[in-house]
Amino acid sequence: MSVGIHAFGAHVPQLRLERSAIAAAHAWWNPGLIGMAKGQRAMANWDEDAVTMAVEAARDCLGTDSGHALAGVYLASTTMPFQDRQNSGVVAEALSLGPDLLTLDMSGSQRAGTSALTAALQTARGADSPILIVAADKRRARASSSIEMTSGDGAAALLVGPGCGVAQLLGRHTHAVDFVDHYRGQDNEFDYVWEERWTRDEGYMKLVPISAEAAMNEAGVTGTDIDHFCFPAAMRRVAGMLAKKMGIAEDSVRSNLHPEMGEAGAAHAMVMLVHALEAANPGELILVTSFGQGSDALVFEVTDAIKNMRRGRGVTGCLSAGRMENNYMRYLAFNDLIELDRGLRAEVDKQTGMTTLYRNKDMILSLFGGKCRTCGTLQFPKSNICVNPNCGATHSQDDHRFPDTMAKLNSFTADRLTYSPDPPAYYGMVEFIEGGRAMIDFTDVDPVLGLEVGMDMRMVFRVKDYDMMRGFRRYFWKAAPVYKV
Amino acid sequence: MAKGIRDKVAIIGMGCSKFGERWNDNAEDLMLEAFIEAIQDAGVEKNLIEAAWLSTAIEEQHVGKSGIPLAMALRLPYIPVTRVENYCASGSEAFRGAVYAVASGAADMALALGVEKLKDSGYGGLPQRSRGALNDQYWANVSAPGAFAQLAGAYQAKHAIPAHDLKRAMAQISVKSHENGFKNPKAHLRSIIDEDRVLNAPIVAEPLGLFDCCGVSDGAACAIVTTPEIAHSLGKDNLVTVKALQLSVSNGSEAHYNSWDGSYFMTTRVAAERAYMEAGINKPREQISLIEVHDCFSITELITMEDLYISTEGGAVKDVMDGFFNSDGQLPCQIDGGLKCFGHPIGASGLRMIYEMYLQMQGRANKRQVSSDPVFGLTHNLGGFPHQNVCSVVIIGMEGA
Repeated sequence: MSVGIHAFGAHVPQLRLERSAIAAAHAWWNPGLIGMAKGQRAMANWDEDAVTMAVEAARDCLGTDSGHALAGVYLASTTMPFQDRQNSGVVAEALSLGPDLLTLDMSGSQRAGTSALTAALQTARGADSPILIVAADKRRARASSSIEMTSGDGAAALLVGPGCGVAQLLGRHTHAVDFVDHYRGQDNEFDYVWEERWTRDEGYMKLVPISAEAAMNEAGVTGTDIDHFCFPAAMRRVAGMLAKKMGIAEDSVRSNLHPEMGEAGAAHAMVMLVHALEAANPGELILVTSFGQGSDALVFEVTDAIKNMRRGRGVTGCLSAGRMENNYMRYLAFNDLIELDRGLRAEVDKQTGMTTLYRNKDMILSLFGGKCRTCGTLQFPKSNICVNPNCGATHSQDDHRFPDTMAKLNSFTADRLTYSPDPPAYYGMVEFIEGGRAMIDFTDVDPVLGLEVGMDMRMVFRVKDYDMMRGFRRYFWKAAPVYKV
Repeated sequence: MAKGIRDKVAIIGMGCSKFGERWNDNAEDLMLEAFIEAIQDAGVEKNLIEAAWLSTAIEEQHVGKSGIPLAMALRLPYIPVTRVENYCASGSEAFRGAVYAVASGAADMALALGVEKLKDSGYGGLPQRSRGALNDQYWANVSAPGAFAQLAGAYQAKHAIPAHDLKRAMAQISVKSHENGFKNPKAHLRSIIDEDRVLNAPIVAEPLGLFDCCGVSDGAACAIVTTPEIAHSLGKDNLVTVKALQLSVSNGSEAHYNSWDGSYFMTTRVAAERAYMEAGINKPREQISLIEVHDCFSITELITMEDLYISTEGGAVKDVMDGFFNSDGQLPCQIDGGLKCFGHPIGASGLRMIYEMYLQMQGRANKRQVSSDPVFGLTHNLGGFPHQNVCSVVIIGMEGA
């Protein structure tokens, strides 16, 4: 019984921090970093975290035709915003997937992404409905650490299910061993890292081939058959050394995307897999591996179906839509790595009533508004009395989803008075093309390109407020400008 | 339509504290300061006041809830005291309560007092606060300047006015209010500014700069009202009476229904039409002698002139640049400096506007006194945001006019 990948998508935050800016800030302390200072690392906006990036990657994967009855949503991350509130549950709500599915958080290792994928493929084989796997990471790094240089924020999503899909699973293997190249304890903010040469020689080079060769063996293929080899570690040349050891052609080794975005933690193997699928032709073989307390390896064969599938932005689209950021201080502030004087206006209590949120979760998390059965008017928020002054019908509205509806910008401002983690705060009135409007926060506004009345805006799922006092964060939707490239 | 309030109630006493950064006074001190002026002006005993209304908007910053703070600050003799809040229209709302009480015959004499003590927040601008448990979860992160700033772009797009021309007209509005405020000893901001200074000021919320925004002040203002008959029996003549009291409140059309273009105030147009009808005014541009509008931001004042049917739609820029609203123009606007310079202690502002009209009609405005005898004065408040707001329009005038 075959099982495979049916759709894929990704999200890489718009901002790209120049590594040279990081190295320049640390040159007095660690001049050696300049050797790593090439390229950019993807940098989450202040309102992005593993959950919001997962939602955007999942939307890219699923598209707007929400006809998917999913059996599950698995979220893999080592930087889940909540330790005890199911993060995949938030993702499922944002995607309005309904309650009849298994939501599952998977964490604890850099191979959480591929392990979630493995578990999903095993469950989906012979099942009725597909499973969505999303992996996202926004790793916290100490200033001047090598993880700060090598990591980058991002997410990838795969829809797996019975049937060959666009890439059929041929073989897989997990080699689990408690090899600890780094760890992060319960009460620690940052990773503690052991010597990299040991990780390379005893970890990458010895453990990855075990899982990879077992997976290829199960698939009935050898290294020479592999067209796309994905190995997510940031360390230079290791993927090539592994390929050589396993007989994989040098030109089958895929870029670890270090120059463009950096390594996205537990999501990175999946980011690379999605990137490979975007480039793959029918009949090609993809070997994807990961590393973290052992190694996962999976072999896929790309099918003809890939030619006619719907394509989202994907990794390629995201990578071409980056915006350079030269200000290392902004990175520190966005990641709460520096004690910024945020001013008295930042002190407003952000407590969120759980009762309020639960009662209104369709509106807040899924951006549901209403459609009046009497007059057809779309409106947000939904209410028990129609907003159309010529209608006014009561209890006449059905749920209407707004996230995938394009909007036009009606009015806006750039506000330097109100508190924002990234001033000025951009917000304004957007009007949904099919009807309905909202005075709403904006995000990902390019200060050079700016905003213009009448321009297209798309809705994105983001953090609205951080409640620093209680460790909660509010999610809601924002409007982001669509810049014509 | 109902017959309305015209000439049923007279103002017999008004008072207003000095507005500004009153670092060493509590709200109670400001209330008493305004009240003493009003009760002396009225020349009556405090125990003749049979009911009172207190307006504050951000009460958690100073007096707290209820009517008790007013009753205690003035030691009122166990009369009914009601506290009202309706955003920046709160002061006009207190006035409405007192006037209606007298008009209904429920009270022979009533007090409206508004107060706000804003300068205890620790920072400039209005205090940032919760908008409500659910609103906080989905409303945009709006400040007052950010909400009103959006009018400029929409107005500019609708009327095809070059950005610079609009910015200059807005600057002219602030320059004029500073000229007027300079002559007002009770005003918060008393300095002369020029157009360059306005245009080169730091941006608060695009395109509004610092001088496009009104002051945030401490202050109190109050009115004592009674029937014209009682006023006459107290020996008063040349009475200033209430001609119209109107209020219009957004119902969500602007915010949620795709009809409003963001370039004007739906509420102001409705309230103005009703107020003119109530006051018997059919040519406002000719008949109104003085006007005080809610100039929280320069762009608000400009657009409000059209919504009050003083300027034609799209014609306010020309009127402003022609000096139509200057102190020596045909219809002086913000003769006391307005919110811009007199200041904006929210709960007091509506009453402060009526105070200036009342002084002008009695010829008691000293250096600010207009040369011609004012007949009708219009005051306007706008609370909230352009897309959802409360608008009040009050017209007072000489008895019998």
